Amino acid sequence: MTIEIRSAPHIKAPRSVPTIMRHVVWSLVPVCAFFVYQYGLSALASLLVVTASCLATERLFVRTGTQAGDIGDFSAVITGLLLALSLPPAFPLWMGAVAGFVAIALGKALTGGIGFNVFNPALVGRAFAQAAFPQAIATYSPSFLPGRFTEFVPSSLAWPLMQPADLMPWLKERQLDALAAATPLAKWKFEGVLAGAEELLTSLSGHMAVGPSPLLILLCGSYLAFRRFLDWRIPAAILGSAGLTAWLLFALSPERFPNPFFMLFSGGLILGAVYMATDMATSPVTPKGMWLYGALIGLLTVIIRYYSGLPEGVMYAILLANAATPLIEKVTQPTPFGKSALARLGQAKRGASYPLHPGYISREEAHAVTPKKRFLRNKPKPEERRKPEKSS
Amino acid sequence: MSQAATTTWEEFMEGVWRQNPVFVMVLGLCPTLAVTVSAVNALSMGLATTFVLTCSCLLVSLLRKLIPKEVRIATYIVIIATFVTVVDYLIQAISLALYDALGAFIQLIVVNCIILGRAEAHASKHPPLTAVVNALGMGVGFSIGLFALGSVREILGAGKLFGFSLFGEHFQPWVVMVLPPGGFFVLGLWLLLFAAWGRWRQRRQGAAKGVTQHA
Amino acid sequence: MNHATQTLPEMTPPAAMIRTLGLIAAICGTIIVAAYQGTYRAVQENKRIALERAVFKVVPGAQAIAEYWALPNGEIAKVGAGETAPADAIKFYAGYDTAGRLAGIAAEGAAKGYADTVRILFAWDPATRKIAGFSVVAARETPGIGDKVTKDRDFLANFPLEAEPAADGRALAHEIRTVKHGSKAHAWEIDAIAGATITSRAVGRAINDTAQKLLPRIAMHLDTLKEKP
Repeated sequence: MTIEIRSAPHIKAPRSVPTIMRHVVWSLVPVCAFFVYQYGLSALASLLVVTASCLATERLFVRTGTQAGDIGDFSAVITGLLLALSLPPAFPLWMGAVAGFVAIALGKALTGGIGFNVFNPALVGRAFAQAAFPQAIATYSPSFLPGRFTEFVPSSLAWPLMQPADLMPWLKERQLDALAAATPLAKWKFEGVLAGAEELLTSLSGHMAVGPSPLLILLCGSYLAFRRFLDWRIPAAILGSAGLTAWLLFALSPERFPNPFFMLFSGGLILGAVYMATDMATSPVTPKGMWLYGALIGLLTVIIRYYSGLPEGVMYAILLANAATPLIEKVTQPTPFGKSALARLGQAKRGASYPLHPGYISREEAHAVTPKKRFLRNKPKPEERRKPEKSS
Repeated sequence: MSQAATTTWEEFMEGVWRQNPVFVMVLGLCPTLAVTVSAVNALSMGLATTFVLTCSCLLVSLLRKLIPKEVRIATYIVIIATFVTVVDYLIQAISLALYDALGAFIQLIVVNCIILGRAEAHASKHPPLTAVVNALGMGVGFSIGLFALGSVREILGAGKLFGFSLFGEHFQPWVVMVLPPGGFFVLGLWLLLFAAWGRWRQRRQGAAKGVTQHA
Repeated sequence: MNHATQTLPEMTPPAAMIRTLGLIAAICGTIIVAAYQGTYRAVQENKRIALERAVFKVVPGAQAIAEYWALPNGEIAKVGAGETAPADAIKFYAGYDTAGRLAGIAAEGAAKGYADTVRILFAWDPATRKIAGFSVVAARETPGIGDKVTKDRDFLANFPLEAEPAADGRALAHEIRTVKHGSKAHAWEIDAIAGATITSRAVGRAINDTAQKLLPRIAMHLDTLKEKP
């Protein structure tokens, strides 16, 4: 028997980055499987191509040494799967590959790899796709079409750099009207058609153009939350604040705004709340900060959906909240033990309520440098920068 | 080749390559990002800036002994503004469509820091010939930089180069490339490319030096 | 004063500074005036061609144009060279065909679109009392979505669009409105493009805002406008 002598902490958790990521991937498998069941071959191809593109990009940047991390840590798989789930199922495959490349290159490799990213990589990829191909990303295809497992939706198989085929004649051939290719949110925004609750929840009825099933995502998310792979506070805060804002507006003028239930279960809100906003590197670590962060996302989502020209706002809401994360963390630092919570409010009574060695209480008071997120690698320290540059 | 000819050539190449305003000095980014939506716009903007740069540097260099140093910045700005006004009229006379496409950025050449920088740092200290050659080099370098951005953005954003369709009518335009973020993306890519190339060349030179030392 | 000049020995005397600056200003002034004189005719010619081309594009069959002001008191006046706009006047262009007869009226309209103000030039046909068509003067709408208004066949099928001035001569008989895609019920409604509703609405509002004020004024003076001046 060996006796190891070491200092605290003595609790050892066999939980590494790859373990967490693997669990997230496993929990995504049922969501993806149902997505494929809904949309067939096109969705499967989209999932595979986008994930492969993310993995290839990850490998390229890890190899060339510009990005930290390991190709085997499954984080790129998550990025790829989430990106594909957030894109329309019949999104042209070459555009999906471009989005996957941008997601990893711009969202992750640029800031130094896993753990250093400022924005959620999957959403960076999606934002690029939205800005570059606004038309393709607004074209959804209906679910549960007959023959979806044997043939592709024509738009999937567009040649690289070429426009996808127009879906309208293809839909007419199947006796579906043009509205079948619009998401419930777009239908509400542009046509004033409100989808019923049961359609949104199960996404089983008719040929609705809804995304991945919200119920299944909630189920898989609760498994992750139960196993503590994600913090339940963030999804709870997002859904709570979005629901509350939507309910308030609905109560004010029911004829202008849809009911809060429609708000919560349409579009990508559930997927974003459970899987995207909870990304560990881009969300706050303080419990209070998580509530604030979630509330911000929920509020922004409702505002963008109701008052802007875009039908969907989850992506921009999460990206904006990602950008606010360092600030949120700074203002929600927990009060150290032995320090009055009231003392933080007034400038006059700053410091401990009874004398203790300051360094013992908090790293703030000892003027210790809090570890910051690294935006740039090999950034020169301030004192180094002040030195005159040596001429070569 | 005589001594004078080589210095002139080096003077010219300084702006084109070693001190390229866009890729090395990263100066004058306002027009660089804003008007490089197409190759034609980028080239015209580059030429307009080159014209202003060369003319102002010539005039500044001719008057350099006369300009009191207390009011030199005011003088340079007056001279630069004069030639910007001239270019403004010229472009209107040549093509109104081009004038509309470049918009306010023609007038904004006056605040382009490359021009004031060249007038202050070079033209005010050198004889007219050297100043003009240097300014021409800078202008050509700036035009090359704008063209590099404009061509990539036009190819991806419209599938065309100089208005000629490259991929046929079914090309899917990357809308983002025509929008302002596209300018940042493409500039970033070019800078990345040049940085990577520079590092590779340095490493190769280092390796070559190591070999000679061993031998 | 004297003391100060001694401590700053390199100061240029004010007279020299003024002399130099004056000289430079004179040189620059000469250059600018020369450039202005040299390019004036070409610039004016370019502007005229651009305006004519824009009007000819929307007014079918037009070969020549005349510029007018529609004044708020209901009168119209011909635009003189270099004249500034009278208060509340709306500028419009009368297009004439080869025989010198009035082919159509063109006017500019503007409304807030998705990204920025959408400025359009639309043409009104006095014979049929309909809006014959429009073209975009300036817009920053999203390429591929908002700019469909000039290409989308279903949208262009909205024109000619009814624009009958009301009997009292103050407004249009029916407000020109953009309605949701597929719900056009009247000849004066514009069927929006699905997916580009905001830009479609901007076009409708731009036409309506100008037409409401302008067309009743013009309708009273069609006799004056009928022949090429």
